Amino acid sequence: MTARPGQISETTIALLGRGFVADPSGALWCPASRLVVVSDLHLEKGSSLAARRMLLPPYDTARTLAMLAAVIARYRPRTVISLGDSFHDRAGPCRMAEADVVTLRALQAGREWVWVAGNHDPSLDGALPGLCCDEVTEGGIRFAHEPTPTPQGGEIAGHLHPCVKVTGRGGSVRRKAFVSCETRIVMPAFGAFTGGLDIRSPAIRSLFPDRMAVFALGQQRAYQVAA
Amino acid sequence: MSARHDADLTDALLLPERFGAWFAGRGWAPRAHQLDLLRLAQDGRSALLVAPTGAGKTLAGFLPSLVELAGKPARKASDSPTKPVGRAPPPRQRGLHTLYISPLKALAVDVARNLYRPTEEMGLAIRIETRTGDTPASKRQRQRADPPDILLTTPEQLALLLASADAPYLFGSLKRVVLDELHALVTSKRGDLLALGLARLFTLAPDLVTVGLSATVKDPDDLARFLTPQRPGAARAAVVMAAAGARPDVTILETAERLPWAGHSARHAAGEIYEAIKAHRTTLVFVNTRSQAELLFQLLWTINEEDLPIALHHGSLDVAQRRKVEDAMAAGKLKAVVCTSSLDLGIDWGDVDLVLNIGAPKGSSRLMQRIGRANHRLDEPSRAVLVPANRFEVMECRAALEAIDLGAQDTEPLRTGALDVLCQHVLGMACAGPLDEAALYAEVTAAAPYAALDAATFQDVIAFVATGGYALKSYERFAKIRKDKKGLWRVAHPSVAQRYRMNVGTIVESPMLKVRMVRSARSATRGPSGPLMRGGRVLGEVEEYFIEGLVSGDTFLFAGEVLRYEALVENEVYVSRSTAREPKVPAYAGGKFPLSTFLAEGVRRMLSDPAEWRKLPSQVAEWLELQRTVSVIPGRDQLLVETFPCGDRFHLVAYPFEGRLAHQTLGMLLTRRLERRGLNPMGFVANDYSLSVWCLTDLGAAIRSVDLSIAALFDEDMLGDDLEAWLDESQLMKRTFRTCAVIAGLIERRHPGKEKTGRQVTISTDLIYDVLRRHEPGHLLLRAARADAATGLLDIGRLGQMLSRIRGRIVHSDLKRVSPLAVPVMLEIGREPVYGEAGEALLAEAEASLLAEAGMAEQT
Repeated sequence: MTARPGQISETTIALLGRGFVADPSGALWCPASRLVVVSDLHLEKGSSLAARRMLLPPYDTARTLAMLAAVIARYRPRTVISLGDSFHDRAGPCRMAEADVVTLRALQAGREWVWVAGNHDPSLDGALPGLCCDEVTEGGIRFAHEPTPTPQGGEIAGHLHPCVKVTGRGGSVRRKAFVSCETRIVMPAFGAFTGGLDIRSPAIRSLFPDRMAVFALGQQRAYQVAA
Repeated sequence: MSARHDADLTDALLLPERFGAWFAGRGWAPRAHQLDLLRLAQDGRSALLVAPTGAGKTLAGFLPSLVELAGKPARKASDSPTKPVGRAPPPRQRGLHTLYISPLKALAVDVARNLYRPTEEMGLAIRIETRTGDTPASKRQRQRADPPDILLTTPEQLALLLASADAPYLFGSLKRVVLDELHALVTSKRGDLLALGLARLFTLAPDLVTVGLSATVKDPDDLARFLTPQRPGAARAAVVMAAAGARPDVTILETAERLPWAGHSARHAAGEIYEAIKAHRTTLVFVNTRSQAELLFQLLWTINEEDLPIALHHGSLDVAQRRKVEDAMAAGKLKAVVCTSSLDLGIDWGDVDLVLNIGAPKGSSRLMQRIGRANHRLDEPSRAVLVPANRFEVMECRAALEAIDLGAQDTEPLRTGALDVLCQHVLGMACAGPLDEAALYAEVTAAAPYAALDAATFQDVIAFVATGGYALKSYERFAKIRKDKKGLWRVAHPSVAQRYRMNVGTIVESPMLKVRMVRSARSATRGPSGPLMRGGRVLGEVEEYFIEGLVSGDTFLFAGEVLRYEALVENEVYVSRSTAREPKVPAYAGGKFPLSTFLAEGVRRMLSDPAEWRKLPSQVAEWLELQRTVSVIPGRDQLLVETFPCGDRFHLVAYPFEGRLAHQTLGMLLTRRLERRGLNPMGFVANDYSLSVWCLTDLGAAIRSVDLSIAALFDEDMLGDDLEAWLDESQLMKRTFRTCAVIAGLIERRHPGKEKTGRQVTISTDLIYDVLRRHEPGHLLLRAARADAATGLLDIGRLGQMLSRIRGRIVHSDLKRVSPLAVPVMLEIGREPVYGEAGEALLAEAEASLLAEAGMAEQT
């Protein structure tokens, strides 16, 4: 597993011999299978909290979809896997503004789309176009929302919203991050209203008993930093 | 009949016999300003009393109330004019007469204590009670039903009382309001909240008379506007100036130790501070921040061979502990208290005979108020010693001393009311009862800070409170307030009022976590919830961001001890006792108050004039001499800019002396400019006196070769587009936005029954900010945040004045190495968080060093 910065200004994470580009947006791009993976979009989080009278800006879905649109425009994937918690709650799809529904359908058009179930959205069946499932396995890699303690083969999961604090000479910054080892990648949360969990927390640490590689999201690319 | 006799007669009429006898019995005579206030009260006029500490200000404020109440028979319960019906509260004796508002809980408690004495000694049947966040719920409920004659409370408690349906019952009888330490209250958003509360009180009790008590301020007439409704033709408050007290006896500590270059701890002077404490009866040791207080307290105890009772007091300590210190202080049991601004204000410690001010005074008015804490008697001079913590602070102390000699004040003019506070207030008023928009607008604009509020903005505020005020109307069904058939706004659900009550107030600390002492769980196998980790007492609260930077096992100073960080468990920080003498992680110890323009001017003048240096300690004078030899001493109206290499970087250090906030803004703007010129700026750091920007490119060479014009670099036009563009991205702006979002009620600090899961419900305001800025840049909360940032956090006004002042007066000194004057700011590097684009550079650097470590140095 190596990171190769500099050359094409891209950071690649290898898993079972396959290369995944760590996009600075928080998406993963696998050129070999023309696949984009995103996790924890948490669409309609704003309206979900608004129902509890926390009147957050009603633009988070539009923002997340705009970021996703940029990723799709960049890579033109054949397949998109949304790795669970695509919506903040089960009723999310019904609350979407008409314009956002139109945007989403346009993104889905002409490509395969997989909604993996998450704990926030255990069943999206029928609410939206696309395949709904609990997990998918492709080329020996399991794509699921929650990481398993001991993955068989390779695994790409989300759920934990990893974040890293990087301290340098001039101070420190906190960024969303990919965390990986030989057998797994845990993806950062993609959604506009998603926060982060520090990679030092036991929930993340325990998944990487031997070592972890951390890739912090920057503005131009992801940077590999010390764990 | 002589005029003097006339005055005596009037005085006698003003002051009832019982009161005259009481004054005489204590060997006192009523002071002129105390009688002035009685006279104004008789005429029903509001007044601002400006008096130095020790002038009997508080008694002057209450005297009219006591006199009035003494002449009023207590009404029997059966005489109640309004017979209660149904669930109405029980009849009251005679209703609330006087409301006293203080900025500090402790002050309200202290003033109550001081009022009991005269009322008891005169045998007056007057009920005086306090109401603060610490008052038990049962007592609060009783106070609503059966209010005392005099209630002492805080702006937040007033807001809560006004937001209830029984506010008209409670305040309908109100005659007088006493606002203590008004000069301190009006400088913040708490002052805005109070102004709005006061406006509502004027509606509930139209004949209300107000009295403001204030330390000396620059412009008393401006401050007096706060006290009366700002309507055309409305009466203005009278200004009463009390006679000045004895001149304070203030000196600067002449240390025998080596004066530090940077830092604010005054560690070098600990021994001398200890000796001063020993030599006096009771000493108040003022510092500027909590962490400075912690550090100094610990230093003093490590050398406290005689076990002198020295205590610690700051706002983050547990209430019970603070109260213990206050009581011990009042009882004269303490030799010294190390404290922050938590004890800045008028608590009456009779026996204090010395005030030590550690570090920079920051402003002459602030310093004079602190000095006034010593010898709370007007006719004896206060004794104070200033202890500068570094070399620049020596000059600042010197400038402050000259300001005291001149009696020069540097308080700010009355502020413009913040929109986030208004949002909170509007919701509170809806909680009180059906709300008429037009009537509330008229009421709000009668409050001095909101006098210039336009109707359109007020409508935006209402829209924000109702549904978030977004252009995209998708939250109608989740509205907090709704218009009824009569066009009045009503709270949409009882939970809205409940949540308002839990979140009232304008003091938004960084998110705080409780610090709990546990036994160490040093064995690595035991999880954080293991049995050994339970229990233990709560020591106080600490900022979340501070804890985020720690790893288990790190030690830090808190509550006067070196603590070992164990774990973060839910919302609590588990710590254990550490045997370490020195904490591993130092807390940020910079001052939170910016250097006042006035003192800055003093420091610049002193620096520019070598003749003045003779007044400074020899170490400082030698430092400046060295600067003169190797670089340049800037003239009074000049800006010195130095460039030099240091390590593998090239530094540019400028010395505007405009305070840390203005310098941070300037640093950010300079970085952007240098970036655009391709000079690869990597970061910057600022303190109160100067700032340093570092680049990968040789700046001195660029200036020499005319690639870079220094005049263009510092041109005023940087305050245009650059500022806008940067501001929107800046971390400072995000922090400001967070405060506004919390105060306005977008984000809640506390949810009913949600304390456990609160962390999951909360959402980072940075994310909200990013989304809102993109989709609705004109939103009310962004406007509120920009206004705050411009006036407070960024000091843009001050920066603008500086840039125009130094036009054509920039002196560039191109050096081979760091100059003496630059040393302090160079030592600050690495202590500040990184802003903006420097973050990207930092990530790249972190990656490079990781790869280098792994023997994978980048192939480029």
